[in-house]
Amino acid sequence: MTEVDAGRAPLRAGKGWMYYAIRYGFLCLLIGLLIFFAIFAPGFAGPRSAVFIFQSVAITGILALGVTCTLVVGGFDLSIGSVATSALMLSAYVMVVMEQSAFVAVMACLVMGAVVGAINGFLIVKMRVPDLLATLGMMFLLIGLQRIPTEGRSISTGMTLPSGETADGVFSPAFLWIGRHRFDLVLEDLIPVPVVLFLLVGVLVWVFLELTRHGRLMYAIGSNERAAGLAGTPVARYKVLAYMISGVLASVGGILLAARLGRGDIASGNNLLLDSVAAALIGFAVLGAAKPNAFGTAIGALFVGILLQGLTMMNAPYYTQDFVKGAVLVIALMFTFALSHRRGGGGH
Amino acid sequence: MAAEACQLKGIVKAFGPNRVLRGIDLVLKPGEITVLMGANGAGKSTLVKILCGVHRADGGEMRLFGEPYAPTSPSEAIAKGVVTVHQSIDDGVIPDLDVASNLLLDRLTNRSSGFFVAARAMREEAAKIAAAMGLDLDPSAIVGDLGVAERQLIAIARAMAREPKVLILDEPTSSLSAAEADRLFRLLDRLKETGVAILYISHRMSDIRRVADRIVSMRDGQIAGMFEGEALDYEGAVTAMLGHGLTAVDVAVKTGTEPVLSLDGLRLFGGSKPVDLQIRQGEVVAVTGLLGSGKTRLASVLFGLEQPVAGTMRLRFAHYAPQTARDAIRAGVFLCPKDRASNGVIRDFDITDNLTLPFLSRHAALSFLNPRRQRRRTEEMIATLGIVCQGPGDGIGTLSGGNQQKVMVGRWMAEASNLLVLDEPFQGVDIKARRDIGRRIRETAETRATLVFVAEIDEALEIADRIVVLNEGEIVGEHPNRDVDVARIMAEVSGQTAPETVT
Repeated sequence: MTEVDAGRAPLRAGKGWMYYAIRYGFLCLLIGLLIFFAIFAPGFAGPRSAVFIFQSVAITGILALGVTCTLVVGGFDLSIGSVATSALMLSAYVMVVMEQSAFVAVMACLVMGAVVGAINGFLIVKMRVPDLLATLGMMFLLIGLQRIPTEGRSISTGMTLPSGETADGVFSPAFLWIGRHRFDLVLEDLIPVPVVLFLLVGVLVWVFLELTRHGRLMYAIGSNERAAGLAGTPVARYKVLAYMISGVLASVGGILLAARLGRGDIASGNNLLLDSVAAALIGFAVLGAAKPNAFGTAIGALFVGILLQGLTMMNAPYYTQDFVKGAVLVIALMFTFALSHRRGGGGH
Repeated sequence: MAAEACQLKGIVKAFGPNRVLRGIDLVLKPGEITVLMGANGAGKSTLVKILCGVHRADGGEMRLFGEPYAPTSPSEAIAKGVVTVHQSIDDGVIPDLDVASNLLLDRLTNRSSGFFVAARAMREEAAKIAAAMGLDLDPSAIVGDLGVAERQLIAIARAMAREPKVLILDEPTSSLSAAEADRLFRLLDRLKETGVAILYISHRMSDIRRVADRIVSMRDGQIAGMFEGEALDYEGAVTAMLGHGLTAVDVAVKTGTEPVLSLDGLRLFGGSKPVDLQIRQGEVVAVTGLLGSGKTRLASVLFGLEQPVAGTMRLRFAHYAPQTARDAIRAGVFLCPKDRASNGVIRDFDITDNLTLPFLSRHAALSFLNPRRQRRRTEEMIATLGIVCQGPGDGIGTLSGGNQQKVMVGRWMAEASNLLVLDEPFQGVDIKARRDIGRRIRETAETRATLVFVAEIDEALEIADRIVVLNEGEIVGEHPNRDVDVARIMAEVSGQTAPETVT
């Protein structure tokens, strides 16, 4: 090593407070929030309340994990909300109108999610439509499509079909179990199935993105697509895969929503897109990642859930909720981009 | 007019604990070209950024024509007549606009220029500027559709159009061909006559010989040497820059054994003559030529990114026709592409992930990565290539340009290959890193066939066993690297000899 080179080695031996502020700032804020609510919101600290928070963010969280995968490859999926509501309507249609089993309904939804994801991927990779526009178009298309079979009405047992007949099918108990059953854990009937699914999907996506070579290559594509391609990465295949994961997870969210509601409610799920995108973006700030990541997304979803639950218990009116979410998002984005930019330093 | 255009005294700048500039004293005189040399990370770019108002100095004093000068923004610097062409071309042009708008961008941002864009007047004005530069471009062409060299020329032309008093050029020729660079040099001569003070930053010895009135060497954030006068001491300048002398590279020329890659009647362009070439095991072949000579095209064809017009390739006697980069890598043909920033570096990754990117599957079981195995391979390459870093977990962005390039080359040397293709492996790399990379390529050459594309003949002479000259898609010269007639190669590069003279 020459003198010249020795002088170049960046001097970062002492990690300043800024490093810790970026890395742990958001988690500290989360813990502070928990302590605050535990003291000032009666009934906040307790297993039932904790489970309620998890349950309130389970569906958004699953969608957010899907959108995280598309963010990782440098894309974006605006169609997730409408995929979820389409899955909601499709499962109701399959069971109530076509009188099929829960299994058929679930499979139909998952296949629908995968197909929509594949079409998104096709539009983006092969037709070269920019991701935001392709998925925006798909969102529009699905919102319209899900209304056609029932002429814009919600689906429930006993409704009159366009043909004049009455729909006799019912939501099968097995299907409703997915949305309503609670497992025992220390306390009786504590953990609902959607929460278990949320945690399971979270761990799976985290493992996939962080520990496998596929995840690493997807991050490479997101950072520098050209360079990743020149290193032999099948870029198109991974991008389509990301949109398919996003589509499938969105349809899982839709299934859970249907199973909780027990009817094909045309007006449900309006907030899903914004909430889940917000969770994924808030996730950028967690552990100073400054990039999409599964752990951050899950924490981001929980952060919003905790804040809303705590505020509700302190009697904040429901109409302030979106304002709170927006404020959290803006602050998290500031955290991410301002601070991590400063960390990069001026360079030479 | 003061005798000094620009005077710097005791300029100091630190980023956190990293003291990048430690007291720079420098004088730029009107009508003189000062060449600034320095290894990657010596502080050249920081100095430029202070001069042009991007950064502010922590201490010291600057004067412009005797007046105190402390620009707080790039636009203030430009208003005072200090104009800079940055190293990164994309900072200089707006790809979505046409040539005319790019050339006259300053006029558009000027408040007195009115609300509406006068398209025809602009095109005429732009044509005038282009003509003064000797630029032959359609003013209504979209800049994004043009090549790198043209974009660089536009960035330079725009700087000229600002009528600078002090002009700073940061590696302006890094993507220009010899002919284009020559055009730039002639223009610099003209500017010199009008009394512009020019600060010229470059690694290229041939540029420096051509333009320098004075050479300033920087090392470790300080001026390490200043050379002027009748006979410039180039060697002294390099020594001052590196802190030690430089030994000439001695290439022990080998001829290689059995052929690894054979090109049979390969036609690169529609109208070009077929190319026949063999690259043998253990041999390093350097291909040189101007921009547009077919170097990049040949590299793309070898790596499966583009298909040849006609002809076939054989790899170890088997038919070889890759359709994608993946095919090529599977066949053991690796390409280290040029322009690492856009084609190589994954900015979000650390050294380890950057280095092992193409071969992650060899560091994984059932798709699960084995970080320990990745690190071990990375540590090996850090040691053998002399990559200066704190460890394999450093972010790639914390490395200097030369060390980033070492990681890019290391990426493709970490695994065994049949044919290693390196496209401009020394681009934007200081001479020390260049020697490190070159030595490593030659040391490991036995295990494969190696093909290196370089625009600089000096670089070819340093690394190759055999030098092949391309011109307009055909081979016009082939020389073993032994008592090479450099003038003849130069003539072949610029297309001055008929291909028939080749034996």
